[in-house]
Amino acid sequence: MKKSVFFGTLVAAGLTAGFASATTLEDVKARGVLNCGVNTGLVGFAAPDANGNWSGFDVALCKAVAAAVLGDPSKVKYVPTTGQTRFTALTSGEVDMLARNSTWTFSRDTDLKMDFAGVNYYDGQGFMVRKDSGITSAKELDGASVCIQTGTTTEMNLADYFKSNNMTYQPIAVDSNAEGEQQYLAGACDAYTTDASGLAATRAAYADPENHIILPEIISKEPLGPAVRHGDSQWGDIVRWTLFALIAAEEYGVTSANIDELAKGTENPEINRLLGVEGDLGPMTGLEKDWAVKAIKAGGNYGEIFAATIGESTPIGLARGLNAQWTQGGLMYAPPFR
Amino acid sequence: MSDTSHSAVFVRKTMLPPEPAPARQTGLSKWVRENLFSSWLNTILTLAGIAVIWGLASHFYPWFRHGVWNAASLPECRQIIAARWGEGATGACWAVIHARWTQFIFGFYPPELFWRPVLTFGLMLVAVAPVLFTQLPRGMLKFSVVFPLLAIWLLWGGSIWPVVMIAAGFAVGYLVARILAHWGMILAILGAVVAAVLFWIFVPGPVDEILGRVAPIALEPVASRQFGGFLLAITLGAGGIAMSLPLGILLALGRQSDMFLIKTFSVMFIEFIRGVPLITLLFVASLLLNYFLPPGTNFDIILRVMILVTLFSAAYIAEVIRGGLAALPRGQYEAADALGLDYWKAQRLVILPQALKISIPGIVSTFIGMFKDTTLVTFVGLFEPLKSIPDSIRADISWKGTYWEHFIFVGAIFFILNFSMSRYSMYLERKLKRDHR
Repeated sequence: MKKSVFFGTLVAAGLTAGFASATTLEDVKARGVLNCGVNTGLVGFAAPDANGNWSGFDVALCKAVAAAVLGDPSKVKYVPTTGQTRFTALTSGEVDMLARNSTWTFSRDTDLKMDFAGVNYYDGQGFMVRKDSGITSAKELDGASVCIQTGTTTEMNLADYFKSNNMTYQPIAVDSNAEGEQQYLAGACDAYTTDASGLAATRAAYADPENHIILPEIISKEPLGPAVRHGDSQWGDIVRWTLFALIAAEEYGVTSANIDELAKGTENPEINRLLGVEGDLGPMTGLEKDWAVKAIKAGGNYGEIFAATIGESTPIGLARGLNAQWTQGGLMYAPPFR
Repeated sequence: MSDTSHSAVFVRKTMLPPEPAPARQTGLSKWVRENLFSSWLNTILTLAGIAVIWGLASHFYPWFRHGVWNAASLPECRQIIAARWGEGATGACWAVIHARWTQFIFGFYPPELFWRPVLTFGLMLVAVAPVLFTQLPRGMLKFSVVFPLLAIWLLWGGSIWPVVMIAAGFAVGYLVARILAHWGMILAILGAVVAAVLFWIFVPGPVDEILGRVAPIALEPVASRQFGGFLLAITLGAGGIAMSLPLGILLALGRQSDMFLIKTFSVMFIEFIRGVPLITLLFVASLLLNYFLPPGTNFDIILRVMILVTLFSAAYIAEVIRGGLAALPRGQYEAADALGLDYWKAQRLVILPQALKISIPGIVSTFIGMFKDTTLVTFVGLFEPLKSIPDSIRADISWKGTYWEHFIFVGAIFFILNFSMSRYSMYLERKLKRDHR
């Protein structure tokens, strides 16, 4: 009896101390599971299947981080978060990282006490209209009614865009993407606006995609990226460099098919450092030497993940565009691994 | 004289069979004429009504008739409909319900453990039956008392000992109350609460561990985040209903009380809760509490939401019951006093049985409203069946674009559950009808 009380006190003391000092990395390792905040459901980015297994572009990043830290991409607990609960879930410690198509903005980075660990998808807000309306440019939308999700940054972008172009519009407020699609299909609005990636998915799911066009104008910058808590730089580094490892792997031609071969050692010192054959990059941030190998094996490099979840061969059919490698005219640019 | 009578050539010896009433005065035609076409105005209204119904039916019927039950995705549904009914035909894609119905019912509960919620639901019916139907043997009520803890263990899993400890705490409280009952009701209640709380604070921690080692009876634990769909709605609804009725009765009595503190507290509580939208309370449960609790505290989200939902509906129940109390004639209170009953006995034997009977329709309405309000937990990121589950299903590109199928399916299940509650309340009213008005 005495012994168990003693142990109980010890455990309690340990827990209190743990809450006070442990880093996120230690927490995750001790727990053996990465708590990853994801969208409650966004086509291509995060979606549960009939058995509750998550997949998607954002989910792949959770898996890569889990593989880098814990060595197993399946050791992830997905916490679905809504637009309202996502940041609180992160700051209150319910999740270790957010991979939830959140736009990197000044106030979120500073005021909301988060750190964005990079950008995994450059999105932007676009418009979809019916083809028979004859509209071919967003500049012709003067006086149009526009379906718009309330409480999102898209609402403010829309107001800014129409104001700066001296045009008027009639907003039709909708609550969710699904409702917006229905309102637009029912003819309640002339145009539907949301992130271009979402528009592409919406159009692809219509019975008559050929009758709808997405206008060429992109009216906002929406750099979507993973976020971590402010103040734990080590953990932020891990998430950031896991993302860079996926991007760099694509640049250097490291794929899930040839990674076992390349991990034995190559002529290219940069690849060797990335895959832990040379140098000690992993241990510098508290990870194993082969952390990047595991991260890349989880779902392939950045290009492979993109192609498998939202790329042109999928029904969503997004082109790489801004998300191509910098060598291909895109914005994906990983700093050097050395 | 007799001649005349003999000269009669015909005397009817049998009764004529009764003629059927004129066609205008019987059956359907009479009903139709009296109810639908009794005047010019009614005739016009009837025709207009038929036109509206016809318009709706002819518009929606093909959509139902073209429904497809077996397909792997929405585009496949569309292909099947186009092949079967011609190009341009629209139809329901029930295949999405067929493929994902388990998510509507269980959310993300692990599929190999579905038997646990199903068993819990079955046991719930057994536990509720003796409460609802007095003709069943009273012994079954013992199971009803044990059921909530059993349900917690079955649904969430984990070791059985923490649940046993909760039960033991109640038992300790009950024993203390029995012992202190000689010295007065208030003292007994206070003593019971203090004893139970002290028991829960100090005993379970070490004892759980020891018992867990000696007899490791445990089910695979399931996290609250994995609950969803109707499992979540019914858990919240049943928990809320079971807890809010007693709490509501206490609040209603508190509001009628002569004791200043109790009356003030009850009034403030009821008016505050009724004055604040449920969504505000849900946000408090999910977000604000996180800031007050130490980081890393794992105060279960479903428990948090259930407590807030309970408080919310208890405030409404209290007002409904207060209406019942106010409707009782003053003589009933005086009669109870004249019999020499103390306050609790008077309430239990004379006042509440009558007041509750009067309040049945209002109480059941509040319960139905609360059950439907459980869908609001979508705003705190729980997977309720009306919006969150369909949204997550639509996030699968195969089913993106399905919309009304989800609403119709979920609406139908809600209707069945709520309609049975409403029917039961009417049965109860008829059964308890003592007057001959």
